[in-house]
Amino acid sequence: MKRWEAYTLPLLAAIALLLLWHWSVIWTHTSVFPKPADVQRGVIELFSKGLLWGYTRDSLYRVGVGYGAAVLLGIPLGLVLGWYPTAAQTTNPVIQILRPISPLAWIPVSVLWFGVTDAAAIFLIFLASLFPIVLATMDGVHGAPGMFVDAGRNFGLSTPALLSRVVFPAALPRIIIGLRIALGVAWLVVVAAEMIAVDSGLGYLIIDSRNAGKRYHLVVAGMLLIGVIGLCLDTGIRQLEKFKFLRWGFYHE
Amino acid sequence: MAGMVQTTVRSKLSLNGLNMTFGHGDEVVDVLENIDLEVREGEFICLLGPSGCGKSTLLNIVGGFLKPSSGEVVIDGEPVRGPDPRRIFVFQERGVFPWLTVEGNIGFGLFRLSRSEKVRRIAHYVELVGLQGFERAYPHELSGGMKQRVEVARALAVNPDMLFLDEPFGALDSITRLEMRRELLRIWRAERKTILFVTHDIEESVQLADRVVVMSTRPARIQNIMEINIPHPRDISSRRYLDLRDSIFEQIGLAHKI
Repeated sequence: MKRWEAYTLPLLAAIALLLLWHWSVIWTHTSVFPKPADVQRGVIELFSKGLLWGYTRDSLYRVGVGYGAAVLLGIPLGLVLGWYPTAAQTTNPVIQILRPISPLAWIPVSVLWFGVTDAAAIFLIFLASLFPIVLATMDGVHGAPGMFVDAGRNFGLSTPALLSRVVFPAALPRIIIGLRIALGVAWLVVVAAEMIAVDSGLGYLIIDSRNAGKRYHLVVAGMLLIGVIGLCLDTGIRQLEKFKFLRWGFYHE
Repeated sequence: MAGMVQTTVRSKLSLNGLNMTFGHGDEVVDVLENIDLEVREGEFICLLGPSGCGKSTLLNIVGGFLKPSSGEVVIDGEPVRGPDPRRIFVFQERGVFPWLTVEGNIGFGLFRLSRSEKVRRIAHYVELVGLQGFERAYPHELSGGMKQRVEVARALAVNPDMLFLDEPFGALDSITRLEMRRELLRIWRAERKTILFVTHDIEESVQLADRVVVMSTRPARIQNIMEINIPHPRDISSRRYLDLRDSIFEQIGLAHKI
């Protein structure tokens, strides 16, 4: 693809889609579903009421806390489980049973434990992010080249030092892939959690706009905002791959 | 008598009746058979044998990474129980840590030193292996030969008394390989380490070693030990060199006959 094509072709596709959307609304004579222009009005409305920033901030805060806690707990946990085969074998059945349970299935439990609070939503995000991080870290530990570990042991490192100075950095490229997956999941879950458990945030915006008189232009505005912010988060976390001490794990010269 | 003891070069390493088998039940593979060897302090030994003969396994046992099925490894009068910073293993595939800079790699084993001593030591070994100007470079920015230098410097920085090298120059191009051999000999003379060097390259072994330990195909036994009494720098077109080289060629050839 040429340089100008790389920008113009996706732009054309987006415009085509917007046109199709616009005309579909007109052709079907729907009175509920908004046109692109209505959605734009919705975004401006949210912005002028100060809700846009407030709701985004609340959603990001919940993701920040829940995901942050999952990172802080998940990486050390994954390192230990990956390092000690007995620990992995002992916990494996539990992990394998818990893993396929959708985070959404935890909503009733979460509300039971934490009530209709921020904590309930944060707990769901924490839970949803934890598994990808733990599993990616374990995988990274297993994939760490034996000769790095041998070299570390050769220099007389204790086990904690070996884990932090050799195993962790050797596993880091895979851990970062796990962090990226987990962040995507966290963002999916915050929206779902906010539909049930709290009264602010982008998920709440969507469900509230629908309930309060089918204001679908705000529903779709909320959806698009979620998409854009999700893209920003993913782009942000991908920047990690560009660090010089991580390049070896992502680019093969 | 005390004078006598001092003048005799003492035994640094002894391998006593080493045997190694892998697997269990019906699928047992004998890898090493009855290996006995004495290595003097400061000696440069090449373990030479065909690929897959078990010489790397032997080096891993000496390094403390593997336990032999029977027999023992004694270094400085003590049986080897595991890897030890006094003896550093330099890996076949480049074992430099890709997440650390040249400095970070060379200083890796120096965590017990003070900051200033660490900085001084790193600078010394950067210079010894000729990597000035690349202190902040990452391994992926270096050539194969430079990475190998980093690994050798990382090993030397902790001031070990033995180095175990497992086909360290195998992945380098032939010009770099020659250069690295010369460098290694220079470092060996400067730092007086006892070196165990595994290779399948006959020329390499005759260029480097005080003694070449010729090993047979699996299960590896010591077939012969050749004394290479040519002073360094060695003239690789001299009669003596060629004779020694050819005689090893012959021995390896015999080892291949069925």
